[in-house]
Amino acid sequence: WTFVKELFSSLGIECNILELDQVDDGANVQEVLSEITNQRTVPNIFVNKVHMGGCDRTFQAHQSGLLQKLLQEDSAYDYDLIVIGGGSGGLACAQEAAILGKKVMVLDFVVPSPQGTSWGLGGTCVNVGCVPKKLMHQAALLGQALSDARKFGWEYHQQVKHNWETMTEAIQNHIGSLNWGYRLSLREKAVAYVNAYGEFVEHHKIKATNRKGQETYYTAAKFVLATGYCKRKLLVGASYVALECAGFLAGIGLDVTVMVRSILLRGFDQEMAEKVGSYMEQHGVKFLRKFIPVGSPGKLKVVAKSTEGPETIEEIYNTVLLAIGRDSCTRKIGLEKIGVRINERSGKIPVNDMEQTNVPYVYAVGDILEGKLELTPVAIQAGKLLARRLFAGRLEKCDYVNIPTTVFTPLEYGCCGLSEERAIEVHKKENLEVYHTLFWPLEWTVAGRDNNTCYAKIICNKSDNYRVIGFHVLGPNAGEITQGFAAAMKCGLTKQLLDDTVGIHPTCGEVFTTLEITKSSGLDITQKGC
Amino acid sequence: MWHLVGSMPQTCPGPSSHLSLLSPAGRQDYDLLVIGGGSGGLACAKEAAQLGKKVAVVDYVEPSPRGTRWGLGGTCVNVGCIPKKLMHQAALLGGMIQDAPHYGWAVQPVLHDWRTMAEAVQNYVKSLNWGHRVQLQDRKVKYFNIKASFVNEHTVCGVAKDGKETLLSAEHIVIATGGRPKYPTHIEGALEYGITSDDIFWLKESPGKTLVVGASYVALECAGFLTGLGLDTTVMIRSIPLRGFDQQMSSLVTEYMASRGTRFLRGCTPSRVRRLPDGQLQVTWEDLTSGKEDTGTFNTVLWAVGRIPETRSLNLEKAGVNTNPNSQKILVDAQETTSVPHIYAIGDVAEGRPELTPTAIMAGKLLAQRLCGRSSDVMDYDNVPTTVFTPLEYGCVGLSEEEAVARHGEEHVEVYHAYYKPLEFTVAERDASQCYIKMVCLRKPPQLVLGLHFLGPNAGEVTQGFALGIKCGASYAQVMRTVGIHPTCAEEVAKLRISKRSGLDPTVTGC
Repeated sequence: WTFVKELFSSLGIECNILELDQVDDGANVQEVLSEITNQRTVPNIFVNKVHMGGCDRTFQAHQSGLLQKLLQEDSAYDYDLIVIGGGSGGLACAQEAAILGKKVMVLDFVVPSPQGTSWGLGGTCVNVGCVPKKLMHQAALLGQALSDARKFGWEYHQQVKHNWETMTEAIQNHIGSLNWGYRLSLREKAVAYVNAYGEFVEHHKIKATNRKGQETYYTAAKFVLATGYCKRKLLVGASYVALECAGFLAGIGLDVTVMVRSILLRGFDQEMAEKVGSYMEQHGVKFLRKFIPVGSPGKLKVVAKSTEGPETIEEIYNTVLLAIGRDSCTRKIGLEKIGVRINERSGKIPVNDMEQTNVPYVYAVGDILEGKLELTPVAIQAGKLLARRLFAGRLEKCDYVNIPTTVFTPLEYGCCGLSEERAIEVHKKENLEVYHTLFWPLEWTVAGRDNNTCYAKIICNKSDNYRVIGFHVLGPNAGEITQGFAAAMKCGLTKQLLDDTVGIHPTCGEVFTTLEITKSSGLDITQKGC
Repeated sequence: MWHLVGSMPQTCPGPSSHLSLLSPAGRQDYDLLVIGGGSGGLACAKEAAQLGKKVAVVDYVEPSPRGTRWGLGGTCVNVGCIPKKLMHQAALLGGMIQDAPHYGWAVQPVLHDWRTMAEAVQNYVKSLNWGHRVQLQDRKVKYFNIKASFVNEHTVCGVAKDGKETLLSAEHIVIATGGRPKYPTHIEGALEYGITSDDIFWLKESPGKTLVVGASYVALECAGFLTGLGLDTTVMIRSIPLRGFDQQMSSLVTEYMASRGTRFLRGCTPSRVRRLPDGQLQVTWEDLTSGKEDTGTFNTVLWAVGRIPETRSLNLEKAGVNTNPNSQKILVDAQETTSVPHIYAIGDVAEGRPELTPTAIMAGKLLAQRLCGRSSDVMDYDNVPTTVFTPLEYGCVGLSEEEAVARHGEEHVEVYHAYYKPLEFTVAERDASQCYIKMVCLRKPPQLVLGLHFLGPNAGEVTQGFALGIKCGASYAQVMRTVGIHPTCAEEVAKLRISKRSGLDPTVTGC
């Protein structure tokens, strides 16, 4: 401790010292410090409002030159950049800016869901999105693996049951470690992290309110909004969230019904979407198509009305999960005070292709953007590129076209580029050639699982040298398959190149190197043999 | 007896008959004769028949020294990729059963029954044999179950199981006889007591405690699934594993296997195998570094010490087809043509070709298209992707790091790499120390990608698409601009930021 004092005096720096054991409310101060900084030990050193850490970290910072840099900062604002929202996009942007030598703060505060669920740093994806979803999907796949295993010679006699508590505990432990990992990573990069609710009060100034209601004010030259969602509405709905949840719940042996007003997976290729749905239906998920709930008079008794006729139905469920789209967290953060325009209906923020809002120093990335895909890696990419444009003079913008994605339904659906419908809209049917085939994964044969269920389809633009403009695959490991093809599409993939590439045998991915049948030919695509 | 429909084939000429009567210039029985009913041969025959040619396939499986025999379809279908991947899948399912309790499935530790698996796998393979027969029939390709040898450059004599001989002539002849596993016959007891990959997939009973000798991918794949099925398995390697593959990746592959219970005897070479009175096999080996002898007992000894091409019984000299005297493989040019202009060789039997099913299939199809005047495209053997189905799968395409450095010089090569943890491993508390990716690029912008190496689950599925990217001439920057699919293992490829040269820690943390 005395070494730190010596260090500062040798640098000729004045510092404020608060000896906790010599002040009356020392214990309280320590409590608050640990709340803000996650550090209970002393000394707890701040440099120009940036939390540094203890002795070791201060000396490290001195050695790396970070300390000197922080000491020199005396701009008009507290920070170069404040990121509001600790999700994937926000964190990526904050860390990139910090790497580029900027003084950055992340303000993150999770408003609990109506069921009282709240979570830690990392945003929707880590806490209540992709990560737990994929792990529960994996749990459901393991259930399928257990039944396959008998055919492959593994002997067990008892009926295997699933225990929800064991699974969720393991998943929550993993998420907890991810939350912690984010905290560490922010600290390593000297990004200030404040667990408080941010709200604009005037230009360049934000009010942060922590859980205890204490208010602090911060100013910054630039702001990035990355608040994502704060609410998850309830399994009524046909979004990918609804279908993924229904899939893994059914996969671990629960009785699941999905109520759908009109179509499945709006915005995705509809042929693929219907196949996703019919696979789920064959594997025990019930669908109530063209119904909407009109009320739940009993506790969990649901009354639904047909969208086409006078018919109504009544059913009792243990749990009702609504997944009818999601709300953005853009209200109540004071955007009106500084004049940032939002779409009143969706709550989303319109931006230009530089992710800039109508207020020049305020930017937005991630799920709150209007008209952009709600995907974690897109937010990350956009956040990083934004930081580089703001602070490193780079020009590259985020490409929102040819973004690959995967829906982790029981039969996974991976895609990149255009859906067939959209391709027809954009390029006209006569300019397109669609190649497709059904296929039977080798692992499914011995397990006796459904032949002629997995499906591969590519959409080529005839007038552009048969360039692949849409890639769709329905089958196991669709995400793993799609990624590389997305990279190839980025490099101008054509049908000829697909034909010239040697397959990897035996995989599912190799099916794309031997696509011969066009949809327009109407030829049979069912598979016999190898 | 459907193969007898049509004109009755002639019988082979005896030693005294005049071969000059079978004039090469005369009218031939077939436009195209394919010798060998494996992946390459069947693909070539079917394509040519579809393009209107009169085609015959001759195929004969000589039983292995242990007496194992199988049907139409060649190595891949019967004693290669297909049964191998299915047994690999059986082993993976064992791993999933171990994972399942972490995910809330109340399942007790279970035992594996070899017979159930072997029967299921063998039934599936038999269905494929049948499928190939039907496909040939559908496309009007004549099929002969006979062992062929050349009589002259347009004529082949085939001998059936019952000794009956058939003489066939053709305008064009394609040799696609593939190869068979090699026995180290200089080792006492090797032939008498050992088995090879020709037998392992057709065993009715569990092989029990097994010694796998060899360092090829066949050796490691077999040892991997045997270990995964709960068998005590040892691999004996004389020098390095997976020669020809990237050596950093190879050592990670074996490191993972060792961590999952496969035993390795490095720098050892077997000297004899004896059968003990109780039926067990006693193997004696020499440790090459210490020079000491050691012994161990096993239930099964599996030789995986390489393969030899099936050229010896073809009487190639009668047709004037040249082979490489060392490898015994047939010499071919870029058009797959041998030293005789109307005789071709494709697949594992041809010199310098990758021993992979999809390359043989593609080469066979392209050859048929050229023979039928439909195309002049020749097979491109560069950047062929492949995957080794070891317990932790290894997928690769393009150059190994060693090869890239050898071709371009170390100062011109940039390697980006990462150790990552598959999301599914976290909850299952699996060790991911060997999950690793590296991308070998040219250092000069735009940093063209020369090779990609991926070690992790589903490596085959991950590698396929990137192989296309490399075919399209992808640069490092283009791959980095590809948005990841979250959460997958493949997305880690699109996030490779750390170069080896930087010396920074390549461990991926967080999400």
